Amino acid sequence: MTDTQPKKKTKEERLTWLWELGPMMVGGTPHGIALGFRFVAIDIGSATIAMDYNPKLIGDTETRVMAGGAVTALLDQTSGLAAMSAFEQTVPVATLDLRIDYMRAAEPGKNIIAEARCYKTTRNVAFVRAIAHDGDPDNPVASSQAVFMTTGGGSRKPDLTPDALTADTKETGQ
Amino acid sequence: MSPEINEAAIAAQLDKIPYAKFLGIRPLLMGNELTMVMPYADDIIGNPVLKALHGGAVSAFMEVTAIVQLSLENKSARFAKPVGVNIDYLRRGRPKDTYARAVIMRQGSRVSNVQVRAWQDSFDTPITVLHGHFMLTRDK
Repeated sequence: MTDTQPKKKTKEERLTWLWELGPMMVGGTPHGIALGFRFVAIDIGSATIAMDYNPKLIGDTETRVMAGGAVTALLDQTSGLAAMSAFEQTVPVATLDLRIDYMRAAEPGKNIIAEARCYKTTRNVAFVRAIAHDGDPDNPVASSQAVFMTTGGGSRKPDLTPDALTADTKETGQ
Repeated sequence: MSPEINEAAIAAQLDKIPYAKFLGIRPLLMGNELTMVMPYADDIIGNPVLKALHGGAVSAFMEVTAIVQLSLENKSARFAKPVGVNIDYLRRGRPKDTYARAVIMRQGSRVSNVQVRAWQDSFDTPITVLHGHFMLTRDK
């Protein structure tokens, strides 16, 4: 893409690229590798990453439950990927803030899956909600709400349109 | 205000958190003031291009700091569990040691409100701050 005005990608082209980007982002993050993150799925404005149960990540030897911090890292990473996938041009994003509610302890031995959805983008900001569960998305372990900002300067065209996502996401074109 | 805190008690608590060991967290005690240290390691990097620390690693570090501080103040053998936390990322974490200190803003009978500040160069330029509620678990 050497043109100053890159041609708008079709949805299919974007998805093909996102499925290359997802594993690259998850596999290229040293801390994600250390925690055993596994890329699962990606779409425009959403991402899913799994974390296998690992005794090294236990938060309390008495309960053998994975540390809340490990779930926090997983939610942060998954939400960041969902934010990146929401912009038409791939840009790095930084977490501005993250709010996490811990609903229950994850079951020892079970893998944890995080599903994130970017429900709104503006020129430089992405708003993302996510849940973490250990098998049943209707019985989450934790949920989160995060705000990301694109980094590297310059503003980006927001790209979350009702067409790209579902009806609850609208673009204001700020 | 703060109870007597000694390094043996802190070490005993950290021993019960494999994840804290995984992050290399160790205590730094000055009087009764506990500062936690997360030494730099290559595997806590989140962005290898910018050499920025993973926000999740810094957050996890702050959660451990809060939980250990609560267990020391409550003289409880069991750990408090996070209920809801808010994390603000103020500055990029650079590839160097990170410090954190927790302040208990309110100690209830069941729930505590805790604020944690994480910094690298100076306490006055925090890289990340966390505040949240933690549910206390009673000793049997």
